[in-house]
Amino acid sequence: MAHFKSYEENTRNFNWSIAENELGYKEGGVINIGWYCSDRICEMGKGDKKALIWEGFGGKHKTYTYNDLRLCSNTIGAYLKSLGIQPEDRVCLFMDKIPELYIGFIGVLKIGAIAQPLFSAFGDESLLVRLENAETRAIITQQKHVSKVRKILDKMPYLKHIIVVDHDEKKPLQEREIVFDLEKAAGVEQLEIHPTKKESPSVLHYTSGTTGQPKGVKHVHYSLISQYLTTKWVLDIQDDDIYWCTADPGWVTGTSYGIIGPFAIGATQCVQDLGFSAENWYRFIEKHKITVWYSAPTAIRSLMKAGEEVVKKFNLESLRHLASVGEPLNSEAVIWSEKVFGKPFHDTYWQTETGSIMITNFPGMKIKPGSMGKPFPGITAIVVDPETYEPINETGKIGLIGIKPGWPSMMRTYWNNEETYQKKFKNNWYLPGDRATIDKEGYFWFVGRDDDVINTGGHLVSPFEVESALLEHPAVAESAVVAKPDFVNMEVVKAFVNLKPGFQASKDLDLEIMNFIRKKLSPLAMPQEIEYVDLLPKTRSGKIMRRVLRAKEWNEDPGDVSAMEND
Amino acid sequence: MDEMKEIVKKYVIDEYMEEGDTIAYDTPLISGGIVDSFSMVSLKRFLENKYNISIPDDDATPEAFDSVNKIVDLVNRFIKK
Repeated sequence: MAHFKSYEENTRNFNWSIAENELGYKEGGVINIGWYCSDRICEMGKGDKKALIWEGFGGKHKTYTYNDLRLCSNTIGAYLKSLGIQPEDRVCLFMDKIPELYIGFIGVLKIGAIAQPLFSAFGDESLLVRLENAETRAIITQQKHVSKVRKILDKMPYLKHIIVVDHDEKKPLQEREIVFDLEKAAGVEQLEIHPTKKESPSVLHYTSGTTGQPKGVKHVHYSLISQYLTTKWVLDIQDDDIYWCTADPGWVTGTSYGIIGPFAIGATQCVQDLGFSAENWYRFIEKHKITVWYSAPTAIRSLMKAGEEVVKKFNLESLRHLASVGEPLNSEAVIWSEKVFGKPFHDTYWQTETGSIMITNFPGMKIKPGSMGKPFPGITAIVVDPETYEPINETGKIGLIGIKPGWPSMMRTYWNNEETYQKKFKNNWYLPGDRATIDKEGYFWFVGRDDDVINTGGHLVSPFEVESALLEHPAVAESAVVAKPDFVNMEVVKAFVNLKPGFQASKDLDLEIMNFIRKKLSPLAMPQEIEYVDLLPKTRSGKIMRRVLRAKEWNEDPGDVSAMEND
Repeated sequence: MDEMKEIVKKYVIDEYMEEGDTIAYDTPLISGGIVDSFSMVSLKRFLENKYNISIPDDDATPEAFDSVNKIVDLVNRFIKK
């Protein structure tokens, strides 16, 4: 039977104490996510239940029970303590989707340190700005990523330990590098769990904005309350389900619903650390009889592109519930999934700052393809006027999404940037930066971002960050970076570049600039198209008007261009 | 053919791998995690520039880019057209 009965029933008299009671949490008591995700499940008598089924490259596979998860996370936690890691120290997890990432995350939280997961495809510059901002004390990584840390090590005196989990003995260690092999380490049966409280910091995720450097979103251990209940009610994971969240824990979905939510409810989850291919994914579902699948529109559209014939090669009857996150799920994808899988993907809407699902299509609720669904019980969401920030009561009128602050997993601040955090609130509403409408039945419909941030494959890319990096290329005098439409990724990065004298536009220069950004920032930030221009549209005060360039890419009206200097 | 294989292999090693690491002609690149789907765009651009061809997006699939051997087959299809 579904955890979620009906929207009306679950919303009526809703109180977050439902989750507090189920988790046995009392106001003022200890709440430690690491303990809830491992020890508690063992204490409930489920120590032998499979927690993590993992497949990696080269046919590697591993399975961990909840007791393994408890022991291994104890071992990592104890090791970090032996290095002198203190509560609230930032420990970066910079790994591919290997077991050490999932277990390390829990180990870090158990000792009261702050987990700082970062996407392992980040280049050295992206890594530096995030580690610098957090003044990270230790980084847990793999041999293949160590060279990126070495490049920036001189700039990071605060980084005391580079912990390599898969050291290749042929490659000598360098300054501050140490080896930790989880399989060879002596298991630690007893670890003193740090008595974190409701407001103790837990996770620091970095997200990009239109201007300035990436912002560190600070979450606290009490976020568990929202993450636990939304995992149950929205993803509808039952005790005998096999769950697969395709997100990377370098991003918030991969921690909120790839670690915290599923482990806190004692679910069995599968993780695949393999590159994308439709056959690979379907084979994985068939092999592990996955029942609940949480993925992203980009992946769904890639599967659509691969066609229906490949689906027929596999038995996917185990699938029971499908959900999606990262960017708006287009109606075609919902209809396609109903046709080929016999069930629709349920779109969920939330972001790094919200920590858990805010607006969603619930199991059993009528789905309107293309709609975001309705607010989660306990979440008050509306649309507000973009000028006055007053609620819009008119059905179908576009406004900014506004959420009433106070839900358990709401970010507590931006790390070292309280000023920017405060700007996210207007007229007592938290503004995620998205525009939407609400229909007469209360369903939300996504319209677009309210800023220049590029959402590519569900990942936010800051145009400012790419433009700053482009300026470091010897050929680039000036640039403007905007989103360009893309069938699979919804948006991709496009750069308009003004070259310095002496440089000629060419296809080889395109490739050189693309690779320059790919290595410096990340493959996500790499411009997939470069257009060379003599002039960039600017206001009379010299500010580049990205919206004019964006409008051109999307065949939209650029709006008021009266302030443009070179029109 | 062999020369093209070596050129593609060298480009992949130089651009996408750590110093000292290597691959064989049949090493899985996309499904093996060496080249991610976003970086595939730059690899496609390299092939188009180098061999003066245009590879339609529908043909630039993760499967077609999954090894040096497969990439060479793909490039040859378009060179011959």
